[in-house]
Amino acid sequence: MNKRIFLDPLFKNNPVSILALGICSALAVTVKLEPALVMALSVTLVTGFSELILSLLRNTIPNRIRIIVQLVVVATLVILVDLILKAYSWQISKQLSVFVGLIITNCIIMGRIEAFALINKPFPSFVDGIANGLGYGMILVAVAFFRELLGSGTILGHHVIPGNWYVANGGFYENNGLFLLPPMALIVVGLIVWIFNAKNDKKVWNK
Amino acid sequence: MRALEKRIEKIVEKIKPAFSKGGRFAFLHSTFDAFESFLLVPGTVTRKGSHIRDCNDLKRVMIVVVIALAPCLLFGMYNTGLQHFLAMGPRSELPGFFSLFWYGFLKVIPLVIVSYAVGLGIEFTIAQIRGHEVNEGYLVTGMLIPLIVPVTIPLWMLALAVAFAVLIGKEIFGGTGMNIWNPALLARAFLFFSYPAYMTGDKVWIDGFTGATPLAAWSEGTVLTDTHSWTDMFLGFIPGSVGETSVVCILLGAVILIYTGVASWKIMISCIAGAALTGLLGDLPVHYHLVMGGFAFGCVFMATDPVTSPQTETGKWIYGALTGALTVTIRLFNPGYPEGMMLAILLMNTFAPLIDHTVVAINVKRRMKRIAAHG
Repeated sequence: MNKRIFLDPLFKNNPVSILALGICSALAVTVKLEPALVMALSVTLVTGFSELILSLLRNTIPNRIRIIVQLVVVATLVILVDLILKAYSWQISKQLSVFVGLIITNCIIMGRIEAFALINKPFPSFVDGIANGLGYGMILVAVAFFRELLGSGTILGHHVIPGNWYVANGGFYENNGLFLLPPMALIVVGLIVWIFNAKNDKKVWNK
Repeated sequence: MRALEKRIEKIVEKIKPAFSKGGRFAFLHSTFDAFESFLLVPGTVTRKGSHIRDCNDLKRVMIVVVIALAPCLLFGMYNTGLQHFLAMGPRSELPGFFSLFWYGFLKVIPLVIVSYAVGLGIEFTIAQIRGHEVNEGYLVTGMLIPLIVPVTIPLWMLALAVAFAVLIGKEIFGGTGMNIWNPALLARAFLFFSYPAYMTGDKVWIDGFTGATPLAAWSEGTVLTDTHSWTDMFLGFIPGSVGETSVVCILLGAVILIYTGVASWKIMISCIAGAALTGLLGDLPVHYHLVMGGFAFGCVFMATDPVTSPQTETGKWIYGALTGALTVTIRLFNPGYPEGMMLAILLMNTFAPLIDHTVVAINVKRRMKRIAAHG
C-alpha cells in the first residue's frame, strides 16, 4: 500500500506530466540546474510537512474554513523555507526570487492536501507529500538539465562541452539561445509529457 | 521522353509486388507509395461519384510551388557569387557570369541537400511508424527553408532547425494539412532565436567579410535612400537571405502561383496594401518597405500557404492586411527585431482559425437576421 502511495506520484500520476499542475514554476526556474534542484527540494519539503501537519489536524478543522487553515500551514512552511534560503544561500534565493513565495499557490500542494491529507492518516500523507514533491522535482530537474546543457553548455555551472568545440575557439559548436527562453521550456515539458503518455498504459485516457 | 516514361512505368510495375501486402518489403509500403506517386500520376480512381475533375493531387500542387520558387533559387545562387566577389575586390575585377553562378551554386546546393535529406528522412520514418502515406508537404517546405536562411548558416544548425520544424511544428499536429504554423518559417524562427548571431543580418555575408543587409543597416540608423538604390533592391543585387533579395524573381513566382490558382492573390494584394498604409507612419519611403528584407518573399510564398492561412475569402483579406501592417509595425516600432515578416506571419497563422471562425459566425448572424426580417 505504502509503496504505491510513494511510486504513483512519480510515474503513473506524476503531478507535472500527467496532471499538468505546477507548470508555471517548471518554466520559470529551469534555466539552470542549481535553482531547479533547490526549488525541487523546497517544494518536496513543503508538500511533505504540510500534508503531515494537516493530516494530524484533519479531524479538528471545520470543513467550512479548511482552505484558510491549509493556507496558514503552507504559508508558514514556505516562509520558513524562504528564510532558510536567504540565510544560507543568498545567491540562489535571489535567482528563485518570487517563486519560492509562490509555492504557497502551487496547485500540487493544495490539490494533494484536499485530495489526500484530509482523508488519510499522517504517515501515508507524509509519504504522499514527499512523493508528489519528488515527482514534480524529477520533471523540474530533467527540464533544467537539458536547458542548462544545451542553452549554456554547463551542468551545475561546470563546463561540460569541450571549449575547443566552440566557434570562438575555432570549432563548430554554438550554445542554443532558444533553450534559455521560456517557450523552449514549455516544449521540453511537452516532450516529457509525450514520453510519459507513450509509456503509461493508455487506460489512463480511456477511462 | 515517352520511352523514358514507359521504362519507369515498367520498373515500378515490376517491383510493386515486393512492396505490396505480403511482399518482402511490405513494411516499406508507404515509402514505395511515395516514390510511385511522385514518378507517375496515380492510376486509382474514386469508386462512387467523384468530386474532382482533375488529375492534380497534392503532390502536383506542391511541384507547382517548387517550380515557382526556381527563379528565386537560381537568382539566389548568382547573387551569392556576386556578393562574395563584390566583397572581395572592386567591381571592375568581377569574374564572368558563369563563375559567379557556379560559386553560389556550390554554396547553396549543400543547404538544399541538407534540408531535403533531414526533412524527408523524418517524414519517411514517421510515415513508416504510423503506417500512413508519406506527406507531400515537405516538397515545398524543403525548398523554402534554404531560401530564407543566410547562405553562411552552418549545416548542422540548419539540420537541427529542419528537424525541429518537421517534428514539433508539423508531425505532432498530425502532418501536412494539420499544422498551425508554416513549418519553413518555424525553422527560421528556431534559428533566429537559437543562434541570433548567425541570423540578424548585420554579419550574414561570406567568409569573414561583414557587411550589413540593407534592412539591418536601416534599423541601425542608416538613411537607406542615400546608400542603396531602389532599383538594386528591386532587382535583388543586395546581400540578404538566399531567395529573398530579388523582387523580380519573386513576382515571376507570384505570376505562376496566381495563374495556376495555387496561392491566393487576395492575401498578396491585401498584404502589400497593409504594409504600404502602415509604412506611411515612418520616415522611410513606402516603396522601400516593399522590397526590403523578406517582405516580398514572405508575402508571396509564406503568407499564402493554403494550410496556415484562412479559408474564407473575407478572412483572406483581413489576414493579409494584418500581416502586412504588423510586419511594418515591427520594423518601425520594435528596435529588438529588424525584420518583422517572419514574426508577423507566424502570429497571424495563430489567428487564422479565429479569423475564419469570426467571418463564418458573422455571416450566420447576418443570414439569420435576414430570415427573421422576411419571416
